[in-house]
Amino acid sequence: MPSAFKKALDSGKFIVTCEAAPGKGTNLENMKHHIELLKDKVDAMNVTDHQSSVMRFPSLGGAILVKEMGGEPILQMTCRDRNRMALQADLLFASSRGVNNVLCLTGDSVMLGDHKEAKPVFDLDSSQLVAAVRTMEKGKDMAGNELDGGVRFCAGAIVTPEANPIEPQLIKFEKKLEAGSEFIQTQAVYDMDNFKTFMEYARQFPVKILAGIILLTSAPMARFMNKNVAGVTVPHGLIDEMASAPKGGALKKGIEIAGRMVRQIKEENICDGVHIMAIGKEEKVVDIMEAAGLL
Amino acid sequence: MIRSITQLKPAEEIERLLDGMGRVFIIGCGTCVTLTQTGGMPEVEAMKNELSEKGKVVTGTTVVPVACDNLTIDILNDIQSPVKQADALLIMTCAYGVQTIGHQINKTVIPALNTLFIGKESGAGQFNEVCKQCGTCVIGETGGICPVTACHKGLVNGPCGGTNNGKCEIDANKDCAWTSIYNRLSELGRLDSMRTYQKPRNHLGEPSPGKFEIPME
Repeated sequence: MPSAFKKALDSGKFIVTCEAAPGKGTNLENMKHHIELLKDKVDAMNVTDHQSSVMRFPSLGGAILVKEMGGEPILQMTCRDRNRMALQADLLFASSRGVNNVLCLTGDSVMLGDHKEAKPVFDLDSSQLVAAVRTMEKGKDMAGNELDGGVRFCAGAIVTPEANPIEPQLIKFEKKLEAGSEFIQTQAVYDMDNFKTFMEYARQFPVKILAGIILLTSAPMARFMNKNVAGVTVPHGLIDEMASAPKGGALKKGIEIAGRMVRQIKEENICDGVHIMAIGKEEKVVDIMEAAGLL
Repeated sequence: MIRSITQLKPAEEIERLLDGMGRVFIIGCGTCVTLTQTGGMPEVEAMKNELSEKGKVVTGTTVVPVACDNLTIDILNDIQSPVKQADALLIMTCAYGVQTIGHQINKTVIPALNTLFIGKESGAGQFNEVCKQCGTCVIGETGGICPVTACHKGLVNGPCGGTNNGKCEIDANKDCAWTSIYNRLSELGRLDSMRTYQKPRNHLGEPSPGKFEIPME
């Protein structure tokens, strides 16, 4: 049976997803608070997998928690820490616990996180992980052995529409689609004209695309992303707008900008929905949705 | 020519490894480590002075022509007493040299260097890793550039999302392998091979530890 998220994707409605980020440790109160606040307002919640290569409570545990609390989880799986055996095993476990959406990612370098000396795995890449999901759905594991009890997932991947150079990125994007991705969540986009150009190209493929929206919290944070986050460009105009906010009002301004972008994407039907990343300020997703006129 | 690329271990680590060994004989090599300035004559001399200042007795030093050659033992046998008097041999060569000597002489061998990679000299004083000896070569489809080695994550289907202006997410001084491969294949009119989905890699090329014997009749 298709997942609730898959049904939402197929319904043609404007999709909203957000993130639930597990913390470091067994105290899940903050995450539970965010799940409670958002589960009935969004179509699905991505549960991040050791985000930025920082060791935390596992994404699979977090996805099960979302499910138990009545939400719709999207299990983020990176290829950074597990080989093909461990990834397949976790997919079986996820399926057995009703977690039926998966976002397949390559994963950040181990060196960028808090366990820099750990052994990086990368046995598979993101497109191969999508293909592995599709193989398992046919009742076989990657080695061709029969599975006793199968799986069914709504599988997706990501793309960076503002990557430079873009051509190699688009070749990889097309491979992810060929491997069987049903949805794509993008890296953060801020320049809507650039994003429209990307969508003109992407519309030729039968895949649902959710535009990545990262909440700007201050002008320095925007400048930091421009300098340090690959494939993310906050235009100078938006940085100036953030800087123009009155003292103590930067976050409010960021919510206003994010809400405005979501509204424009929906009203102009630029793509199929949005994936809102509020990074540590998940409760503000509600405010962004209100600003966008979605609530 | 390929070279073994090495780096001097931190002084504290060398000190710890030599703890309790008062008499030390130092060995350098005239090949790779001379080129990389990690174990040639000047570096051996500097190590001798440093250890002497720390109260060690340096019984002697030598820089052999090719430490990883099995003939190295003959040179050490000729040196006789300074080698015999030493509690340990501090070896300023790559791990091939250290192990070659260690297998042939009944002495404690201590590496003074870390072996980083087998590299190619790409310019004056510049060395790059171009092959990881994985045993399942894929470069026939990647324009002759190895993504298993040149991509930090060893990806075979294209770049990750961390690629930035043609550079790698871990170091702006390192090229993104997939930008290089894209450019090369584009020049060759062979981008189709980049568009072809590559199955998960076969990691069973030659199970570690590698061993090869020429079949005898």
